[in-house]
Amino acid sequence: MATMTMAKALNAALADAMLDDERVVVFGEDVGQLGGVFRITDGLQARFGDKRCFDTPLAEAGIVGFAVGLAMSGLRPVVEMQFDAFAYPAFEQIASHVAKLRNRTRGALSVPMVIRVPYAGGIGGVEHHCDSSEAYYAHTPGLKVVTPATVGDAYSLLREAIDDPDPVVFMEPKKLYFASAEADLSARTEPFGRAVVRRPGRDATLVAYGPAVPVALEAAEAAREEGWDLEVVDVRTIVPFDDATVTASVRRTGRCVVVQEAQGFAGVGAEIAARVQERCFHALHAPVLRVSGLDIPYPAPMLEHTHLPSVDRVLDAVARLQWDDQPDPRWLTEGSAA
Amino acid sequence: MTTTPQAARRASPRKRRPATPAAPDPSAGLLPQTDPVRLLNPDGTPLPSRADYPEPPVEALREMYRRMVIGRRFDAQSTALTKQGRLAVYPSSRGQEACQVGGVLALRDGDWVFPTYRESMALTARGIDPVEVLTLLRGDWHCGYDPAERRTAPQCTPLATQCVHAAGLAYGESYQGRDTVALAFIGDGATSEGDFHEGINFAAVFKAPVVYFVQNNRYAISVPLSRQTAAPSLAYKGVGYGVPSEQVDGNDPVAVLAVLNRAVAHARAGKGPYLVEAHTYRMEPHTNADDQTRYRDADEVEAWRDRDPIARLETYLRARDVLDDAAVAEIAEQAEAYAAELRERMNAQPTVDPLSLFEHVYAQPTPQLVEQREQVRAELAAAQEEDA
Repeated sequence: MATMTMAKALNAALADAMLDDERVVVFGEDVGQLGGVFRITDGLQARFGDKRCFDTPLAEAGIVGFAVGLAMSGLRPVVEMQFDAFAYPAFEQIASHVAKLRNRTRGALSVPMVIRVPYAGGIGGVEHHCDSSEAYYAHTPGLKVVTPATVGDAYSLLREAIDDPDPVVFMEPKKLYFASAEADLSARTEPFGRAVVRRPGRDATLVAYGPAVPVALEAAEAAREEGWDLEVVDVRTIVPFDDATVTASVRRTGRCVVVQEAQGFAGVGAEIAARVQERCFHALHAPVLRVSGLDIPYPAPMLEHTHLPSVDRVLDAVARLQWDDQPDPRWLTEGSAA
Repeated sequence: MTTTPQAARRASPRKRRPATPAAPDPSAGLLPQTDPVRLLNPDGTPLPSRADYPEPPVEALREMYRRMVIGRRFDAQSTALTKQGRLAVYPSSRGQEACQVGGVLALRDGDWVFPTYRESMALTARGIDPVEVLTLLRGDWHCGYDPAERRTAPQCTPLATQCVHAAGLAYGESYQGRDTVALAFIGDGATSEGDFHEGINFAAVFKAPVVYFVQNNRYAISVPLSRQTAAPSLAYKGVGYGVPSEQVDGNDPVAVLAVLNRAVAHARAGKGPYLVEAHTYRMEPHTNADDQTRYRDADEVEAWRDRDPIARLETYLRARDVLDDAAVAEIAEQAEAYAAELRERMNAQPTVDPLSLFEHVYAQPTPQLVEQREQVRAELAAAQEEDA
């Protein structure tokens, strides 16, 4: 066990993957000498040479499309999109080619690659630097979408992503990059497709992923004072999604709040809430609620705290879970269109 | 009144200074020639041979002729298949035979081709089973051939995205010590897409052995070339990326193959990418579903018949005494047999398996896909029971 940041764990995962598999190449904008704007590729070029880790022209569709060709030639590209919103130029390459090549060719071609996307906010970033773009990728069949919330997962999930036969969009919560924790990098955590119960509890389940996991955990801690014993499930891999773990938890607790940082409408949290409702209806004592970012473009830094799901907002949602067997008054307004 | 430098020197020889060497033109060798390279006149008579583009061996030209004739027959048969409901749609490349066949003839078997939807003829000329080529347009799957085995990427319908794949593939091959060349087909309209520029730029920066082969057939569906570019030629787009470029008469098969041979040799020698623009013309509508009378005159189309690439090459090969009536008839017969076999095979209704939808989405289906597959399986079983 050692204490390290998520950034350091991601860096170690890249280095170890490059050491273990000479097909692994790392490239993107500023990832070479500079080591990436978040230093996730720090030292890789010095250690492995500028053929294994290199800077490219500043063109995201080019980066991802180039990776498609490299993967077709037998290499294992790991590319960095510098920021969430800067990955949008690559969307056609991702949606039309990366995600579909295996299927279009009946498995004759596959393009295993990892597209690393630093995402979400909470870091005081200016516009176009804080988007939560996971729903776009999760909505695209053929992609796996992974987001770590712990230091150990950052290392283990990235190693698994690089080894995976399918393309993986690896979403890295920026605000967790420099938080330290103890981690044992020699031990792999749970594999893709498994959600993990981060905190067991009996009264209600908070389902969260990525940057929302620490918020959910803090809320669960605070809820003890109110007499609620909350379970927290960390989704970890949005695709493939672990229905079994989430369903088992909600059937046990009978109540569920989904927490995500992204804007709520048509988001991953909406999908999770729908799946929980379908599978747990007869075990539920209250409607499944969502706590998410507001349905607005990501706000300017001085306003982001209003946008981001807070511990208080999570606790407010928990309070509305019909503890006294009374329906949530919000939905009972006479004549309400809602 | 002007004084020539020579006159000035004569007038005062003592003031003569060593001439400052002219700075080398950084665009030298990058810009295309002012006029498209041409080795045959439109009537098939040869132009003087030239050192920069040596004429390909006559056996190669004869084979090119054979594949062009078969290609045109394949193309006509495919259009006919749309009328019989056997193909959902077919984008013809009639008139572009020199480019379609030249593009693949310039390559070795181990090289990679990155085609668009209009390259069905090129792919059959490469030896890929025509039924597998037409799978996409028949609609029983997307890509019908094995791209890895045929070294041919799936036909690309999104525009220009294959330009970046070709750069990556070519770089990856050279990275692993192989001398593979990649040739990306692209149309005039697609040179306006960002991925064309990103692809050629990546290829140039990483010295990837790629030939970008633009078939400028003058129309992007209905939009004429004047709406795509203000450049004097699409081949001028290479110089901004440091890529040597050339333009060629795309209906002159000898010139097309000669220029592509040089481009491929350049790439294979490790000198990086090459851009070739072929000036040609699409004799048919964009697809069978298009109405070309809405955007071009019949006169314009008619005028291009005089530049027919097959007649041009036939005249030349006859003059070279490597083609006679018997050979022409024999090749025409091959083309008929090819079309007849295709027709017959395409008349068979393909079988599709709904359960195959769940294969190849991922290497292993997700639990959600397994669930959906079981649901479809149950639906199919129920339907079968109802039928019984």
